[in-house]
Amino acid sequence: MSIRVQGLTSQRVNQIAPSGIRRFFDLLASIEGIISLGIGEPDFATPWHIREAAIYSLEKGYTMYTSNLGMPELRQELSRYLKDNYELDYDPDSELLITVGVSEGLDLTMRAILNPGDEVIMPDPCYVSYSACVILAGGTPIMVPTNQESNFEISAADIEARVTNKTKAILIGYPANPTGAVMSKEKLAQIAEVAQRHQLLVISDEIYAKLVYGVEHTCFATLPEIKESTILLGGFSKAYAMTGWRIGYAAANKEVIASMNKIHQYTMLCASIMAQVAAIEALKSGESSSAEMVEEYNRRRLTIVQGLNDIGLSCFESRGAFYAFPSIKGTGMTSEEFAEKLLIEEKVAVVPGTAFGECGEGHVRCCYATSLADIEEALSRMGRFVKKHKKV
Amino acid sequence: MIKEILKILENDARTTAKQISTMTGTPSDEVAKIIKQAEKDRTILKYKTIINWEKVGDEQVWALIEVKVAPQRDVGFDSIAERIYRFPQARSVYLLSGTYDLLVLVAGKTMHEVADFVSQKLAPIEGVQGTVTHFMLKRYKEDGEILEGREEIRRQPVIL
Ligand SMILES: Cc1ncc(COP(=O)(O)O)c(C=O)c1O
Repeated sequence: MSIRVQGLTSQRVNQIAPSGIRRFFDLLASIEGIISLGIGEPDFATPWHIREAAIYSLEKGYTMYTSNLGMPELRQELSRYLKDNYELDYDPDSELLITVGVSEGLDLTMRAILNPGDEVIMPDPCYVSYSACVILAGGTPIMVPTNQESNFEISAADIEARVTNKTKAILIGYPANPTGAVMSKEKLAQIAEVAQRHQLLVISDEIYAKLVYGVEHTCFATLPEIKESTILLGGFSKAYAMTGWRIGYAAANKEVIASMNKIHQYTMLCASIMAQVAAIEALKSGESSSAEMVEEYNRRRLTIVQGLNDIGLSCFESRGAFYAFPSIKGTGMTSEEFAEKLLIEEKVAVVPGTAFGECGEGHVRCCYATSLADIEEALSRMGRFVKKHKKV
Repeated sequence: MIKEILKILENDARTTAKQISTMTGTPSDEVAKIIKQAEKDRTILKYKTIINWEKVGDEQVWALIEVKVAPQRDVGFDSIAERIYRFPQARSVYLLSGTYDLLVLVAGKTMHEVADFVSQKLAPIEGVQGTVTHFMLKRYKEDGEILEGREEIRRQPVIL
């Protein structure tokens, strides 16, 4: 008799609710010729000079494992980069870890800091991996509701109200996926104060750091007295259009990095050497190609925010990442209904806000990392759709 | 602001003042005014398309002509350059540093036509000391656009 596999998977894994929008995904797969505003990655290919550096490295025989922490040259470049951009000092030999994307960075962080039952406070809605990584590491995610009225910023007071004796850390990510929200230095400083008052770690996912429009990005670790207790996660995926390379980094206190590296060395060994070589090139001379992409995103951002408001989907002016997060409440539909109907009737894909947490209800995520022509066509189809379904 | 507007137009000359207005957050009538002015003072020279003529089987012959010139007192290369660029066959004319002086891009229907232009019009100009003609064999990239085999971006339909 064969073994019944059902029920043999980990309870911890089973605890992660299957994505509520599975049906939406199935539907998506069945429809051809859609315009998608649902793709959370750049529509540019990696700048050629970065690709070329990687190709050259392969020709030169760079095909081996690297140090667990990552290639020394990459850590040095990164250290210089963090110094130049934020005046932050991170020791390349003990305070930086090259990861397989911010994705791995998030997982390592949670496994490195959490004991069973530890709580991690984070905004709702937020990037899908945040709560999953906490749960997989044996912790409990504690959600802080955010809303359009406050531009989807998380408030320090709301965080503090949820601190218990089990709270271990605050996890934030600004500029934010799915909302495009950016937080000011002053408001982040208030969060830093809460963290200090309660001796909490702060994990700051700054993968969209370079994608800000008309405002400055504040690196959390630059706030007063907070660097030692901040775990800064950064990446190359979005700023340099390198999603498929799978490369990112963590910068933190050396105890934390050592713990993360302990897991990393046994589970990942090291990030791919080809991606590391590409990352060196990105840091050395990727600035101008990245700036060009940011300029283009900004034009699209203004077009989509204006366009959504014009068709009656009220939308705050998001200042970061490449997402607009309009309200669809005027249609009387749930986010999921809206996304499904829009897909079927107009062949436009947006992501229901509920994919990112309960507080995403009433909103959909529209990613503008797609051509202006597609954005305008999508807006015109959505306009027709909203008109047809508007509740008077 | 004008630079931002010009960049948008250089990339797609069909972008309307209204679209540019949205993209830049500048009032539409102001955008229109800036564009008008740029057209008037010839900052914007003309609006054109980049066409792959081979697709419609309409091949033009292109040649790059290196021209060696004896510079003239007071006007340097300018007056000879002018005598060359006045010919409509000369599509682009540049003064260069290096082993020759002027680079002239010439287009014609046939190789003969181009060769005739060089030998009968260009070379005899007073002050032109010599020419070298390079016929163009293949166009790979034109004004930043790759003609064949442009890469396609293939993405998953939704990424969270
Ligand atoms: C907020 C946020 N963090 C992390 C990631 C994952 O990034 P990486 O490609 O570096 O793993 C994403 C990707 O969408 C994201 O939106």
